[in-house]
Amino acid sequence: MARGQTTAQDRKIAAPPVNPETQPFFDATAEGRLLYGKCTACGEPHFYPRRHCPFCFSDKVEWRPTSGNGTIYTYSVMRRAPVPYCIAYVTLAEGPTMMTNIVDCDLDSVRIGQAVKLVFKPSDGGAPVPMFTPA
Amino acid sequence: MSIRDKAYIVGIYEHPTRMATDKSLMQLHAEVAQGALEDAGLTKNDIDGYFCAAGDTPGLGPISAADYLGLKLRHMDSTDTGGSSYLLQVGHAAEAIALGKCSIALITLAGRPRAEGMATGTAPRAPGVPMPETPFELPYAPATANMYAMAAMRHMHQYGTTSEQLAWVKVAASEHAQHNPHAMLQNVVTVEEVVSSPMIADPLHRLDCCVISDGGGAIIIAKPEIAKSLKRPLVKILGAGEAPKHQMGGKVDLTYSGAVWSGPAAFAEAGVTPADIKYASIYDSFTITVVMQIEDLGFCEKGQGGKFVSDGNLISGVGKLPFNTDGGGLCNNHPSNRGGLTKVLEAVRQLRGEAHPKVQVKNCDLAVAHGTGGSLGTRHAAATVILERG
Repeated sequence: MARGQTTAQDRKIAAPPVNPETQPFFDATAEGRLLYGKCTACGEPHFYPRRHCPFCFSDKVEWRPTSGNGTIYTYSVMRRAPVPYCIAYVTLAEGPTMMTNIVDCDLDSVRIGQAVKLVFKPSDGGAPVPMFTPA
Repeated sequence: MSIRDKAYIVGIYEHPTRMATDKSLMQLHAEVAQGALEDAGLTKNDIDGYFCAAGDTPGLGPISAADYLGLKLRHMDSTDTGGSSYLLQVGHAAEAIALGKCSIALITLAGRPRAEGMATGTAPRAPGVPMPETPFELPYAPATANMYAMAAMRHMHQYGTTSEQLAWVKVAASEHAQHNPHAMLQNVVTVEEVVSSPMIADPLHRLDCCVISDGGGAIIIAKPEIAKSLKRPLVKILGAGEAPKHQMGGKVDLTYSGAVWSGPAAFAEAGVTPADIKYASIYDSFTITVVMQIEDLGFCEKGQGGKFVSDGNLISGVGKLPFNTDGGGLCNNHPSNRGGLTKVLEAVRQLRGEAHPKVQVKNCDLAVAHGTGGSLGTRHAAATVILERG
């Protein structure tokens, strides 16, 4: 594995394509909030958020804000890229696990189980994107 | 109702090219179809069922391909689950034959990512039409290598799997590939060479990754009466299983694959167990792919795959589970970035006794071919096929 220090650098982030279903999610990221889906029929939280609960298939799904706290489930630093970057899955304090990037740190210090907190990064011509940095 | 004993693989062909700058995509499809027909002793007009994957066959499903190839069909299917498509289609073709929907089915795969200069594993790919997950994944630059790498990282964390153990998968593939004159990589490598090759996406090194190659292959499947009238050694389809595995609404667990469902379904239909298997073709997009699938198919306990593949246990004539004796995707080829079809080809060669003598498994009467299409790191479809000699 990689040794030494690999400082996270800014890279061009592809804009998330927005559709009528995901518009509220990206309206919220523009305001600095990360939303997840919560089913009021079965009580299960889910991610990525959608308008039907993937567990009980009820359409009684609400948008809920996350606390912004999570832990790293797994990660990988892509070395063969114009700028090295760290992709990861972070398990939110609210339960669901989401794909993200770990940013603003030494990428060689990232570890599974590490506590992380929410930040937002601008995308290339689109809504801000939720990412995480060591807490 | 079962597909057991209802269909036989009667023709196979693997395109020898690994760099097809001088050929069109459909030309490659036609060449592999022609090769498999010659192997079977059949002609194009005998084909009444055609299977291809939408992702490597241009046009609306199979329509343009049927036109180009001049096929008159009464059954067609272009289910696309990425690299595992062709393993699913072996099962689907057997189903169609069992139901009388066709008598002789052709499956083709072709591609030329190398000629097109594609950075298959390391460049994130934006879909032409966004998928529902795209807004929540594309910004993070998921490529292929870093997705499988995240599965490997978690497997290492949870089960203590090491880079050296993963490297043994590549070592075994290279031991086999030295006997395949068509293989892209014919040099035998060591564990040390694998773990000291450049890091691509932690913890996967360059030699943990499969090759990028052009080429393709074809399979012809026929009903028993026809199969028994032909002159080639008989290879019977005993069972098949398929299953998607995804993120389960955020209950993400990257330590296992859809083989936990497709494998038992295929083994149950075949009426055999992993202990009965003499040869295994296991999709080897990356070394971790093999370790996880071997565990999930039941060849060892969950989490013990790293130990299982070590010390040459996958090398023909040396270990307990000879695998990918053509060199697999890690050394031989990975046409169209899809490794499922070639897994069937080498399993058929082994059952016919037509593998290279240096890697031919003795008394090889039962084989499994298994693959994962999509990504271990996000969502994929697993497919398992059990084949028997005679």
